[in-house]
Order: sequence, then C-alpha cells, then structure tokens
Amino acid sequence: MPKVKPRVKSVKDLTELRKRLRSSVKNFKSKLTICGGTGCHASRSQDVIDAFKKELKKRKLEEGVWVRATGCHGFCEQGPLMILEPGNIFYCGLKPGDAGEIIAETILKGEVIERLLYTDPVTSKKVRTEAEIPFYRAQDRQLLAQNRHVDPCSIEDYIAIGGYSALAKTLTEFSPEKVIEEVKISGLRGRGGGGFPTARKWAECRSAPGEEKYVICNADEGDPGAYMDRSILEGNPHLVIEGMMIGAWAIGARQGYIYVRNEYPLAVKHARIAMQQAREYGLLGDDILGGGFSFDMEICRGGGAFVCGESTALMASLEGKVGEPRPKDVHTVANGLWHKPTTLNNVETWANVPPIISNGAAWFAGKGTRGSKGTKIFALTGRVKNTGLVEVAMGTPLRTIVFDIGGGAINGRAVKAVQTGGPSGGCLPLDRLDLPVDFDALYDAGSMVGSGGIVVMDEKTCMVDVAKYFLAFLQDESCGKCVPCRLGIDRMLEIVTDITEGRGRPEQIDLLKELADTVASASLCGLGKTAPNPVLSTLRYFPEEYEAHVNEKRCPAGVCRELIEYEIDAEKCNGCGTCRRACPYDAIKGKKKEAHVIASHKCQKCGICLSECKFDSIIVT
Amino acid sequence: MSVLTLESILKGRRSQPHQLIEVLHDVQERYRHIPEEDMRIVSRELGVPLIEVYRVANFYKAFSLKPRGRNVITICTGTACHVRGSNLLSNQVLGQLGISPGDTTEDGQLTLEQVNCLGACALGPVVVLNGTYYKHMTPSKLRSLINSVNEKGIEDTDDAKGKTKGKKRQRSH
Ligand SMILES: Cc1cc2nc3c(=O)[nH]c(=O)nc-3n(C[C@H](O)[C@H](O)[C@H](O)COP(=O)(O)O)c2cc1C
Ligand code: SF4
Ligand code: SF4
Ligand code: FES
Ligand code: FES
Repeated sequence: MPKVKPRVKSVKDLTELRKRLRSSVKNFKSKLTICGGTGCHASRSQDVIDAFKKELKKRKLEEGVWVRATGCHGFCEQGPLMILEPGNIFYCGLKPGDAGEIIAETILKGEVIERLLYTDPVTSKKVRTEAEIPFYRAQDRQLLAQNRHVDPCSIEDYIAIGGYSALAKTLTEFSPEKVIEEVKISGLRGRGGGGFPTARKWAECRSAPGEEKYVICNADEGDPGAYMDRSILEGNPHLVIEGMMIGAWAIGARQGYIYVRNEYPLAVKHARIAMQQAREYGLLGDDILGGGFSFDMEICRGGGAFVCGESTALMASLEGKVGEPRPKDVHTVANGLWHKPTTLNNVETWANVPPIISNGAAWFAGKGTRGSKGTKIFALTGRVKNTGLVEVAMGTPLRTIVFDIGGGAINGRAVKAVQTGGPSGGCLPLDRLDLPVDFDALYDAGSMVGSGGIVVMDEKTCMVDVAKYFLAFLQDESCGKCVPCRLGIDRMLEIVTDITEGRGRPEQIDLLKELADTVASASLCGLGKTAPNPVLSTLRYFPEEYEAHVNEKRCPAGVCRELIEYEIDAEKCNGCGTCRRACPYDAIKGKKKEAHVIASHKCQKCGICLSECKFDSIIVT
Repeated sequence: MSVLTLESILKGRRSQPHQLIEVLHDVQERYRHIPEEDMRIVSRELGVPLIEVYRVANFYKAFSLKPRGRNVITICTGTACHVRGSNLLSNQVLGQLGISPGDTTEDGQLTLEQVNCLGACALGPVVVLNGTYYKHMTPSKLRSLINSVNEKGIEDTDDAKGKTKGKKRQRSH
C-alpha cells in the first residue's frame, strides 16, 4: 500500500489508483476478515486479531495470508466473528486461542473446524457459510454487505471496491439538478425517522437564496436500542462521506458536518480517520477530481441529549449551544445552521446516495413498496433468538423479520409484541405482524418505522412497564422548553407509575388518553408530538394488561415490583444456595441441599434471585 | 491548576464559540469532570459568556460538574438492554453499594452512571467499567466485577491507566 498518498486530481487518477490497488491484493492465498466493530470489540475481537497476527508472524505466513479488520457484519451477538477465504467459511464466538488451530487446520489443510461453526438455533445444525445462515438468508443486504469488504480505516479498501466512483460520475456526468432528479426518481425517503422525501429537501435547499449552504449528517442515533447508523458510520465511513459530497454538489454546499453521538467512540474515530485520508488524497478540499467542486467537513460530537437528534436542536448544538428545538416556521432548508440553508439527513439516507447514483434510480426504486423504496436496516433486539442488524427490502412483513430472520422468541416462549420506532413509535401485537415495514403502513397502525429499531417482547414483558419505560426516558430527555411536553409527559408518567404500583383508578385511563392528545398536539418538536405513542399503542392493543393492573392490582407478566411477591418453590429447589449468596438484602435463608425460603419482610423485590436461579425454582406471584 | 493541558485542548479553537461542546468533551475526558476554573478559562478563550458555558455543561449528560470516583461503572438502560433486565443491574449496585445512578461511593472508589445506548445492543445488557465493555451481564457477574474493583483498587484497563495518569498529574499540581 502506498505510503505517501498520491493526490487524486482527476477521474483518470482515481481509476488508475483503483486498478493498482486491486492488483496488489491478488497475491494473497487466504484472506481473513475479522469483525472489529463495537459489538465484536466488546467481545474482545482485538485480542483475536492480535493473536492471528502473532501466529502468522511466528509461522512466517504473513506474506500469503491477509488479515483485515472490518466494521460490523450485523450479527454482533455471535461475535467475534470472521470469514475465511477461500471457502467463505464463517466462524463465530472466537477466542484468541483459536487462532493457531484455524491457521493449522483451515488455512494450511483446508479442514473446517466444526466447533467454531455457527449452530442454527432452530434446527440445531452446524452451518458453514454466512449465506446458509437463516439470519442472513432472508435479508437483502445492499449497504451492510459492503462492510465486510472494507477496513474502515483504509480509504484504499473503499476505493478498491469502487468507492468514490459515484462521486466521479456525479462530477463528470451530472448537473446538480440531474442528481436531485435521480434521487427523486429513486423514491428515497429519509431513514432518520420521518420518512421525508430526500429529493424534495435537496431541491428546496438548492433553490433557497444564499451563497453559503451546509450539509449535515445526523449520526446522533437517539433511539436507545438501535445501532444501524453506528455500524454504517463506523464500518464504512467513506460511503457516508461520499453520499454527503454528492448531496453537497446537488444543493451547492461547500461545507459539511457529521454530528455523531459521543457514546460511539469507534464511529467518531473512524469518521475522523476517513476524513483525514480523503483530504490526503485530495478527495476533500479544493477542486475535487478536477471537477471544480470544493468541499470539506468537520466532525462534532453530541453531548448525550436525545432531543439533539431533532433537526433544529441538532443545529443549535452544532453551533455550540444548548440543544433546544426552535419553531420551524422557516424550514431549516432555508434557515438552518447559522441561519444558512442547510440539508440534514440521516447516516443511512446519505449511505444510500452513492449506490443510487452508481446503479441508477430504477435499481433502487425496483425494491420496496409503492411509497417506500429501497432497503432499510433494522436493529432486531429484545427477547428474540437471533438479534442483530437486518437489512430487508421495504415492504417485508414484520413476521418475516421476527420469525424467519430472528428465529422467534427466546426460551421457547411466545412473541407477544413488537416495538418499532423507538420512543416515538409504538407496540404492535402478534396479530399485526403481517404488516409490511413501510412508512405509511406502520404509521396507520399507530407505530412507525422510525429509525429502524425493532424490539421483540414476549410474555415476560409487561406492556404497561414498557409504556412507563418510554415515558420515563422521554421525561428525562425533554428539553423542557415547552409546557405541554414537560408537564404533560410528567403527568402521564405519574399516572402510569400509579398504575404499575397498584394505585391506578379506572378513570385515570381516560385522563391518560386526554393528556396524550394535548401533548401530541401542543408540543413544539417531534419529541413531544410523538411522546404519547408508546402509551397510546399499548392502550390500544393491550387494554387487558392495563385493566389487570388497575382492577385486579396484578401484573400478568410478573414485572411490576409493587404487585408481585417472590417465593421459592420448595419442590423444585435443591438448595444450591446461589440465590442466598446473590441476594444483596440477605433475605434468603436455607441450609445446603435443603429448600430455601425468602423472608418477605426483608425482600426488596430486586429480582436478582429470579435471574440467578438455574433451576427455575423462584416463582413470581 | 490545569492551564497547561487546557492549552492543548484550546489550541486552534480560540474565539470559535461553536467549538464549546468539543472543548468541554476534551476537558471531561481529561479530568473526568468539568472543573469550574476550566469553565472560566474556556469562557474567556472561546468568547462565550460564562453563564452560557455553565448552561451547556449542565444541559448535556456527557458532562459532569461533580468530580467522579476513581472508577466509573456505566449501565446501559437502552430499550434492548432494558428488556433483557438491565434494571436488575442497577438493583445489584444499589443493593451492594447503596448508590444510585449519578452517585459516587463515599470512599470515592466508584461512580455509577447510566447511558441510553452504546450501540452494542445485541450483547445486552451491557456494562462499561472504565471504558471496557462487558456483555450479557447478570447481577452475579456484576457483583464479581465490583468486587474485583474494590480489591484491585483501579481496574487495569488501558483506558483506566490513561485516566489514572491524568488524575495523578492533576493532583500533583
Ligand atoms: C426528538 C427527536 C429525535 C431525533 N433523533 C434522530 C436521530 O437520532 N437520528 C436521525 O437521523 N434523526 C433523528 N430525528 C429526525 C431528525 O429530526 C431529522 O428528521 C432527520 O435527521 C432528517 O434526516 P432524514 O430525512 O434523512 O431522515 C429525530 C427527531 C426528533 C423529533
Ligand atoms: S416538545 Fe419537549 S423536547 Fe420538544 S421542544 Fe418541547 S419541551 Fe423540548
Ligand atoms: S438458586 Fe434456586 S435452586 Fe438454588 S437455592 Fe435458590 S431457589 Fe433453590
Ligand atoms: S460488531 Fe461484529 S458483527 Fe456487529
Ligand atoms: S440498548 Fe444497551 S447497548 Fe443499545
């Protein structure tokens, strides 16, 4: 790989660089792709990578084996994971100690190590390649599939797989208007939650008066429990940068910003490195690819405020101020960052732009439904067998995602509900899972696609508790600027708390609905406007759970602390003592190998014994 | 006290009010909280009124105005971690150490914090100790982790090492 980066001054330079890069990797006999994303990193994948490098060096195999650390493959739960070529063999749950065996057996002898293969949780069969894994099989991975081909810290990898060719095409073949037209035909809608048509935003920003304009990438990813944006920005930062450059060309901006949450240190790091590398090659700066287009960008970290994902609050935050939304009488496309015309798009929205330009609008529009085109990445989490990132064509039924890809609920339980859209979204019951993931269909059902979080819930999840969870989140995150949001959410939380703690009264349910209406209609920004959704959707689809709490003072899922008691089933308990040692309040007594008992006056109902008992002997009544 | 190091943080950012949050992040990273004196200097150097610096430092969760303990345990309370029982982990800390999120133990050994999501949701519930992630946490694993901190003093992670150094430098002034 070239040490001093040659400046790429024209499209021809770029094409030649790509050719050189491609031919330089042909010499490797084997290629190891190891995931180094946040998830796998948390599973100590760096130790695995180091172990491979050490072993290869020891055996003098460095010349023939290429080790590449990539971003997230979306199946973090199985991490650290790797793909080995030739053979496309997929190994998961790696430990540093496995490196030697993999080199000796698989790389040198071509033998597959059964132990490291993935086991399909539904059929219990071992699976050899990624393509055979049900989790991947039903997906249509247009964006995510690129992650395994690039080291996020290597612009060369990105260029080798065709990176920046969409930019080259734009600068040489497309007028700004033509770019906007192409995006319009593609039908691309914003992936950040609102589903706003991207081309319309760009066109308005382009025609807004003013010389100075900005593009911003929203990488604040506020939905707690969703991580598609993190895996794209962290795993393939140049794709986002290239998309922003194309957008900037279209609207006439020369400066861009990536606003990224500080809780994603790896994404911050990779985006910074990517920007620096692009500058070194002359792909950011003046007269990019000799096309007369100048553009540069900056990375700003968020401060851990959910409301800063909202467009006007985000811009205030970028200006270094407190992140409070402002009324959008004048749209940010005309009056945004520093009162200049500004286009803000989500990470995934930007990432979709280069492939739309490269493959053509028709390619993108060929996937999805009438109103929602292309593919969308979802973060499938919660009480489901396979959790991870799922990229499917818009219009795919929720059922396919939860059952075919997700494998259904864990521990053989039944799926009860699916929460989509994060704190702004809602809960849908099992009988609604035939709904397609489509902006309009989910909205009509009282939920939303949102940014793409899908949380699976089973009979052990209390729907009133879920509503309380989101209200508490939103109460904490409301900036407090407008009264309906601040006081309304407060009051709603109070009522739901009453219900979960056994003080609920039937008339409070109506009050809850009234408050929900007020908060939704009178709040300033999207946080307040959508805050009632989790409550309203659970009230709509799970009224019986509210009734059980209110009328019978009972929590059917056994979650709400004030309404349950913990007991030990003397028949089942074998006296192992785990719970006794685990209880922080010293509430459990019992002799070794004899049934234990919980002293109810000491028990604080922290639930720890229940989670620790391996023999299912703790019962919730 | 920390003028020297603050110098490097401010380099290239003077008189640029929009750099306030970035500067505060770096201050927080280095000193683990935002000392009042630093706020004054930042205010003067960036040209932002002190009250605004204070408002910003107060508004964003990433900044802490109070000094934190020698170790920080962060529990993720995002939706994915929540439905997998992250509340049990807060209960564990409360039961074991008697502290709630935002609190520090009396001996200054450990601060408990919460975060909305770390992007490792598939591995939930996730706990971070001094920058190192721990996946699929259970109350008992957390109990051992806390015990190990109390025995060893400070967790031996790269991140912690960096931070102890920073801390020592700060104390020696
Ligand atoms: C309270 C609130 C939080 C939001 N958080 C995010 C976020 O974290 N990421 C994001 O892309 N959009 C978020 N949005 C939506 C943005 O305001 C904006 O619509 C979006 O970034 C536009 O990009 P898009 O058109 O590409 O979706 C949020 C909106 C609200 C009201
Ligand atoms: S709706 Fe809530 S978060 Fe939004 S501006 Fe009003 S108070 Fe702030
Ligand atoms: S952990 Fe379960 S089996 Fe063991 S003593 Fe407690 S209740 Fe009995
Ligand atoms: S981080 Fe490795 S698969 Fe997600
Ligand atoms: S919800 Fe805990 S890491 Fe995302």
